[in-house]
Amino acid sequence: MDTKKGTSVSTRASDAQALSESSAGLLRELVAHLRQNRTQLREEWARRITRAELLTAMTEEEIFAEATAVYDNYVEALETGTFEALQAYSRRLSERIIPRGVETDEVVGIVLLLRDVLARSLFTKYQDNVEKLNRILDSYEPAANRIANTVAVGFVEERERIIRQQQEAIRELSTPVLQVRERLLILPIIGVIDPQRARQLTEQLLRAIRANRAKVVVIDVTGVAAMDSGVANHLVQTVEASRLLGATVIVTGLSPEIAQTLVTIGVDLSEMATVGDLQGGIEEAERLLADRAPATERVREITPEATR
Amino acid sequence: MEVPILRQGQYLIASIQSALTDADLSHLREALIAQVGRSRCRGVIVDVTALDVMDSFAVRTLRDIAHMARLRGAETVIVGIQPDVAFAMVQLGLTLKGVATVLDLEEGLAFLTRRTEERTLEAKPKKPSGRG
Repeated sequence: MDTKKGTSVSTRASDAQALSESSAGLLRELVAHLRQNRTQLREEWARRITRAELLTAMTEEEIFAEATAVYDNYVEALETGTFEALQAYSRRLSERIIPRGVETDEVVGIVLLLRDVLARSLFTKYQDNVEKLNRILDSYEPAANRIANTVAVGFVEERERIIRQQQEAIRELSTPVLQVRERLLILPIIGVIDPQRARQLTEQLLRAIRANRAKVVVIDVTGVAAMDSGVANHLVQTVEASRLLGATVIVTGLSPEIAQTLVTIGVDLSEMATVGDLQGGIEEAERLLADRAPATERVREITPEATR
Repeated sequence: MEVPILRQGQYLIASIQSALTDADLSHLREALIAQVGRSRCRGVIVDVTALDVMDSFAVRTLRDIAHMARLRGAETVIVGIQPDVAFAMVQLGLTLKGVATVLDLEEGLAFLTRRTEERTLEAKPKKPSGRG
């Protein structure tokens, strides 16, 4: 449908109706031409791809096989004006070639090459009839552009999906909640904490508290280089939420820099039990567990002695 | 929707089964405080495991129950707050300060037992009032 619209826009308004019908005829003629010269054109295309040193990660046979499939889908999309099949194909293609390290510019490059190969064959065929060549190009160009777009967008979308998936995987890897002994969890935090990761940390911790029936949690932030007020407040919220689940949180390993920043920006951490290092934190936690007394009150009595 | 209040030894257990209206909550508060005195119990457990939303009125009512029960001589502990609910509460600033919260019913009973023991221990050598 878009093909027709594109065509009628680029022609005079006078007999748009008749023209759009004839442009459908032209498109048919074009498709027939592409079908007829399928072997030759697709070989030419594959040759051009190799010469341009695109898709270097793939063998020539693979390039030719993919080129055939893309060519057929391309012609079909030209003929039917529907792009679903091509979309699905380009997604599958991307799934296959992304893990092999094919870059976006290569995919865009090969599609543009195909466009160029086909346009050249049209030039050769209609070189004696410039007026007809113009009209053929009028119906070819918009569809070809749309096809190039579809394939490129399909590739980029697939790539983004994979990136998102990997980010998620990295996030999960980076937030282990460990059970040291019964009722005692350790959450070592390493690296940069952004709001999203902070939120995920909290969710995982709260779930783990419930699943392991934890009484004490040691959050170790030795591996955190910097902390802003947003993250610090999130930490306070995590401590509060853990208390609501009946667990006491001890924060360990606040670096001198973070301690200075937090005090300077005025984050109120007075509600939080903090111990110098992880070892001290675990000792403190074991004491709490041994006492089995109402935790929150006892922490504040013990902490000053422990740090002394 | 009426919340059943069960008696278990020295303790009362109110187990909330579904979302409650404000009126239900007020009714629960009155019923609990009345029963604390009537049954001379030492502890109250409110089980909120079934709640997946906790608004400010609910949190305030729970806090009121804890404070009122304390005036009537019983410790209160809230049990079974869901992880998501806990975090949502904290974000809204509803932190139930000064109210004991533990993981589940079993923990709640253990907590109250410990608390009652402590209070009897405190009461013996020192002055009987014991609360500052």
